[in-house]
Amino acid sequence: MWPVFLCILGRDIRLALRRRTDVLTTLFFFLIVVSLFPLGVGTEQQTLRLLGPGVVWVAALLASMLALERLFAADYADGTLEQMLLTPQPLFLVVLAKVAAHWVLTGLPLVLIAPLVGLQYHLSETAQFVMVLSLLLGTPVLSLIGAIGAALTLGLRGGGILLSLLILPLYIPVLVYGAGAVSVSDLGFSHTQPYFSLLGAFFLLALFLSPLAAAAALRISTE
Amino acid sequence: MKLFRFSSPATFYPLAGRLIPWFWGLALLLIALGLYWSFFETPDQLGGTNPQKAYYRIIFIHVPAAWMSMWLYLVLVFWSAVGLIFNTRLSFMMAHATAPTGAIFTLIALLTGSFWGRPSWGTWWDWDPRLTSELVLFFLYVGYGALHAAIDEPRRGDRACALLAIVGLVMVPIIFWSINCPDPNQCAALHQRSSLDRIEENILFAMLTMTLGFWMYSFATIFMRVRSLILLREAESTWVREMLERMK
Repeated sequence: MWPVFLCILGRDIRLALRRRTDVLTTLFFFLIVVSLFPLGVGTEQQTLRLLGPGVVWVAALLASMLALERLFAADYADGTLEQMLLTPQPLFLVVLAKVAAHWVLTGLPLVLIAPLVGLQYHLSETAQFVMVLSLLLGTPVLSLIGAIGAALTLGLRGGGILLSLLILPLYIPVLVYGAGAVSVSDLGFSHTQPYFSLLGAFFLLALFLSPLAAAAALRISTE
Repeated sequence: MKLFRFSSPATFYPLAGRLIPWFWGLALLLIALGLYWSFFETPDQLGGTNPQKAYYRIIFIHVPAAWMSMWLYLVLVFWSAVGLIFNTRLSFMMAHATAPTGAIFTLIALLTGSFWGRPSWGTWWDWDPRLTSELVLFFLYVGYGALHAAIDEPRRGDRACALLAIVGLVMVPIIFWSINCPDPNQCAALHQRSSLDRIEENILFAMLTMTLGFWMYSFATIFMRVRSLILLREAESTWVREMLERMK
């Protein structure tokens, strides 16, 4: 079973690296959105420190969501997806591999660039550390939940904007606890522990349930 | 099997047609009674030390609408699940027909909540957990409707919407929990107690009558909408043609 997973994961990453702009656009979208906020709300340090966690997390949601449209679209357009649906291997694994590739290409870069963004918002060192950790736990959940929406809206006109309508409300719990963890980290690292427990629980739940739902959605969308 | 007799659009269409006037009648009667009761039989003030004046009577629209908005989402998910399990076309049509009525009740609950919040809290909007939850519910209804509108092919639309509704139901407790308790360090203290146990009898009676009235109204509008959906989808079938022949 794992060869299938690794094969699709490797293939998707290789394809994306051949067309690097796709990966970079998501990353720069994130950077631009985050950099626009101080220009809009004022550059006072105290305000920025207060807004930072929420802004970074909302920008991460949007960036991850924008890239979702591409999750199945190319494979759907050239017929690869149909072949994947026909393979004897469980569709669960195929979807999981594609989601993992999506996270490596869109979530992981955000996690890595987050400390830089934290500097823009004058976040403390603890807060930056917590932000990286919370993004590391939270962005996979975004990719997992998003896969359901991407599968449902496959090949529809206005798919991208429709996808945001379906998926953004479902991102609320990750946003609340992801940004919340960074906000309370000023009180001490120990205060963030329940947040990480909850984010971890979301991750495990999503890891189990969302590939099932996304696989069912793919079958509905392609039949 | 008797249970599935009315799961065929051809048998359900005339049944719904016969039931609709009754549901309209019951809805009007119950809402009229509920409105009379809420204006003339309930106390003019609510609460002890700092009472809410007559404006609290918006509760008789607000609470029933909020209850119906949540109940109808469950109804929608129920029909979606039945449709996916038994592969019955009518179940999906029921789910589609339920969504607009549910969305309207959510909107009414939000608007009346805002009108109520202005005099009692001094603000049109507050990020109170109940208000926020209701707003999220509205977004879920809108998402369902948008997906339905975007898919032209009925079979795919039915099943995709059903799956979305079920995913929504799985997420709803988590979303509402996260809104209710944004800081897990102090969650135990943040449990909102239901205020129903110490409510005045006349207020409860008016509220329940209005809820039943709204429920009957939902039946009436949902059945009217489902009849339109049936005609739209079955326009080419023989029974519709025969029915039209008979009407001439």
